[in-house]
Amino acid sequence: MEKPDREAARVAGAGPLILGLETSCDETAAALVTRDGRILSNVVASQAELHARYGGVVPEVASRRHLELVTPVVEEALARGKKTLHDVETVAVTRGPGLIGALLIGVSAAKALAWSRRLPLVPVDHLHGHVAALYLDPEQVEPPFLCLLASGGHTLLLEVAEKSGFRVLGRTLDDAAGEAFDKGARLLGLGYPGGAALDRLARMGDPEAYRFPVARVPGLDFSFSGLKTALVYAVRGLDAGELERRRADLAASYQRAIVKALVEQTLAAAKSGKASRIAVVGGVAANSELRSAIPDAALAPLDLCTDNAAMIASAARFTPATPFPEYLALDAYASAA
Amino acid sequence: MAEFESHSPGETERIAAELARALEIGDLVTVSGELGAGKTTFVRGACRALGVTAAVTSPTYAIGNRYRGRVDISHLDLYRFDSMSERDWGDLEEYFDGAIAFVEWPEVAGAYLSHARTRVRLRLDEDTHRLIEVQSA
Repeated sequence: MEKPDREAARVAGAGPLILGLETSCDETAAALVTRDGRILSNVVASQAELHARYGGVVPEVASRRHLELVTPVVEEALARGKKTLHDVETVAVTRGPGLIGALLIGVSAAKALAWSRRLPLVPVDHLHGHVAALYLDPEQVEPPFLCLLASGGHTLLLEVAEKSGFRVLGRTLDDAAGEAFDKGARLLGLGYPGGAALDRLARMGDPEAYRFPVARVPGLDFSFSGLKTALVYAVRGLDAGELERRRADLAASYQRAIVKALVEQTLAAAKSGKASRIAVVGGVAANSELRSAIPDAALAPLDLCTDNAAMIASAARFTPATPFPEYLALDAYASAA
Repeated sequence: MAEFESHSPGETERIAAELARALEIGDLVTVSGELGAGKTTFVRGACRALGVTAAVTSPTYAIGNRYRGRVDISHLDLYRFDSMSERDWGDLEEYFDGAIAFVEWPEVAGAYLSHARTRVRLRLDEDTHRLIEVQSA
């Protein structure tokens, strides 16, 4: 997290602000972003941090946790940006996809905040948010580009022609890439979620030790569930001692298969002329092997890759606002269309 | 109780499609089995038979997906829960309204899912076959 003082100093006298809210899954987040894409504050209530700071909050996936956190998180975002609600011009919120009860907390809070000051509200698609992380300072990426969005919940290849949206070229048919990492980590006894632990362990192993299948799927889609099953069988054949000895090789080979699938489809899309520039967003962009496999890719900073509200506020810069008071009828949606 | 053997994802989907024909709004189907057993594949087959054309993917992170077919379908996944509190359950209850619901990793929810109409259990056999056990109340 950047130092709030530096953030605020950099944008002293910044113009009208967008207050973004994100509650689609585990994270309760709020951020202040300027119209031209500078971040004044970006607050994500991670469970560990909150446990210490607000005390007694049970780290679980529940709407009530979002409800308890949404006000402190908004206050924190305003305080870190040295702003008040008077400086906010637009409220932006994730409308979906996500867990419906969780989304509704963010949508309701955003409606209330906007209503209280007669502000417009911008409903944002969570996936558009991930892409819009690339439109923020310090290095704003300009379309057109091809975007690999890979996280715990999503894996998509997107053609981005303009900042207002994207076209889906391919998507996972079963598990998301981040989910494949986390479940693989659990199968290897690395805990859950363990994508980062698997990445570290893989560096000590031989990626060619095991031949895990890279699923061939038609078009530009992805499939990771067969790979997961292959790991189940590989682990099943080993006793505890053998597993211990082969763990790093398994991690390296498994990671290689996931990254290979992601990279092959991304490069195939690039080759078919959809766009020459490649960008990678979502939590899986943190994976070291993926990062080095597409060396020229534009990568959003890590804290903007995982779920956050700055990306939601950023997407709102390129999304039509719903005027006061029309948005009171706004509903959340659970699944992508 | 009925038991089926599947040798491919397509076969798992067909077995699920057969089961789905008997389902009605309000029905709950639990789908158990270890990682990689084919739970999401099974739910996808049922969803296809119920007219869902959208991608049916693992809801592990989202916890719940909602699809529109000939009827509404909820697809839940409780993998990430270590336990199920009343307030967690409160978040999920609306997924059961006006829909046919499939729940992966149902064990943690215990009593909350005692009204399940059908319980499906998938097992990975030694040679990549799946055994699919279907138990209807």
